Amino acid sequence: MATTITAPPTPSPSIVRELTRVERWKARGPLLPALIFTILLTQLPFALTLIYSFMSWNLLSNKPPQFNGGANYLATLQDEVFWRSIGNTGVMTGVSTVACIVIGLLLALLLNHSFPGRGIARTLAITPFFVMPVAATLFWRSAIFDPGFGLLGWLARQVGLPAVSWLSEYPMAALIILLTWRFTPFAMLILIAGLQSAPQDQLEAAKVDGAGPLRQFGSILVPHLRPYIELAALLLAMNLIQTFGEIALLTAGGPAYQTTNITYYIYLKGFNSFDFGLASALGVAALLITIALILPALRLLSGIFQKEGRR
Amino acid sequence: MTATTTRRAAGVRAENHTPIRRRRPTKRLKNTLMGLGGWLGSLIFFLPVAYMLLKSFQTETDAAEAMPKLLFTPTLANYAGVFQAGFWPYAINSLIVVLASTAVVLILAVPAAYALSIRPVEKAQDSLFFFISTKMMPVAAAIIPVYVIASALGVLNTLGILIVMHIGMNLPLAIWMIRSFMQEIPEEIMEASAVDGATRWRAARSIILPLIRPGLASTALLCAVFSWNEYFFALNLTNSTSTLPLFMQKFLSFGELYTAHIAAAATIVSIPVVIAGWMAQKSLVRGLLFGAVK
Repeated sequence: MATTITAPPTPSPSIVRELTRVERWKARGPLLPALIFTILLTQLPFALTLIYSFMSWNLLSNKPPQFNGGANYLATLQDEVFWRSIGNTGVMTGVSTVACIVIGLLLALLLNHSFPGRGIARTLAITPFFVMPVAATLFWRSAIFDPGFGLLGWLARQVGLPAVSWLSEYPMAALIILLTWRFTPFAMLILIAGLQSAPQDQLEAAKVDGAGPLRQFGSILVPHLRPYIELAALLLAMNLIQTFGEIALLTAGGPAYQTTNITYYIYLKGFNSFDFGLASALGVAALLITIALILPALRLLSGIFQKEGRR
Repeated sequence: MTATTTRRAAGVRAENHTPIRRRRPTKRLKNTLMGLGGWLGSLIFFLPVAYMLLKSFQTETDAAEAMPKLLFTPTLANYAGVFQAGFWPYAINSLIVVLASTAVVLILAVPAAYALSIRPVEKAQDSLFFFISTKMMPVAAAIIPVYVIASALGVLNTLGILIVMHIGMNLPLAIWMIRSFMQEIPEEIMEASAVDGATRWRAARSIILPLIRPGLASTALLCAVFSWNEYFFALNLTNSTSTLPLFMQKFLSFGELYTAHIAAAATIVSIPVVIAGWMAQKSLVRGLLFGAVK
């Protein structure tokens, strides 16, 4: 737009402009297939979700889908389980993210130190992140959390405590333990990379000046690690907010919706009750919540990007 | 505070006399402790995996005992049972989905990453953010329309729909990682090739691709891991024609009495991804970080 106005009205620049337009499209060429594919696959469904969310559409009833105004949203807002699922999503995502960062930092500090077999130790520590989640969840369920057969029950009995049934008494804690086990290694990987790029000269200088390990950690390492911690937290939260498989196979959202997060609730409404209208309204709600949570995080990430640009 | 300084001063004085002998024992002790701590930490995280391996070689009777049995006569019966329980069709499906989706992801991601790093289009940053942001949006919010469209097209319960969804799932990550590997190519190399008069296409093929090959390999490995492990789309869009996570899910109904079978199945389905993950771990960090931090 701006170029059209400022361009002088001679014929030659228009040819130049034509050329640059062709050139611009040529430059864009390699990007377009991926861009078009992603737009079609991600944006189109969201638009349709929005439309469906205003329809009464249940596969189990033989009525054809029809618009019902905001009835789905009204039902959602009055639905206690919906609010509960939002709370559960927050607790599950928040606690697991913090636990992963704290334990991951501790592990990273230990595994950044050189010692015999460090490579093997690191490789073993990263393994939980790659094991198939569905498989790991089923194994934890029967061999670790089960009060009768599980490892935790046996350990509790060894120290004279009653074996608790984790999945019925503390389902949220059990889920958070499982998620933390799976995602801590991921946080650790990023934080080790952060530690490896720590300013050694500053640390040396601090040591010479008589700063103890705690001071060194607090005033040099933590500020240096901050972008790494932020990135790790963002990537973790992005994944954890969408937790599905662990819930489906460990607790099935129960007991009494105690571990139903918003993703699992959409699944229940959509593929158990087959209420596509209501499930779509829930999907829109999930989208809005995620955007509200992720936008600040994205801005943070773009801040990191801008730093990179300045470099 | 004062105590520390005096102690430190004393230490410095002592060091001046016998600098090496004084320092070594404490330093060595610290190193040993950190090393032990490192091993302990890793082993705690690895313990469930080791326990899974252990149980997979036990009989169901041994595995059902709460006390971890370390001495037992190992059996391969669970593994045989898994292969008899219809493992292969699911495994072959998984392989097809992984290979097809990863191949298409690379074919789409390499040119896109090129247009976002080496010859950046206008507003490259915005495009990159768009790709990343799709990774943040909840897939659950899109699943109903995907199901409806797939049903209308008659592709529910096919590998095709899984392949398409896995491409969408992995493409942003692949673009991000490959872009960061491309940005590491020194500018002099690109300039030199321009001086040589190499066309863009030739430069891309003969200079860029070889340089980022290790990065491409680990990107492919990671995409393969995520595709192999994917459960949400498999559960909602397929049933009989599906991948290994749905095969695993069948064991849910077996319950605690089949712990050893579950352990064996979990081990088999995890071995390929764990090995792929181990191979890709270093580049995973580099790819994720160099795009963002530093």
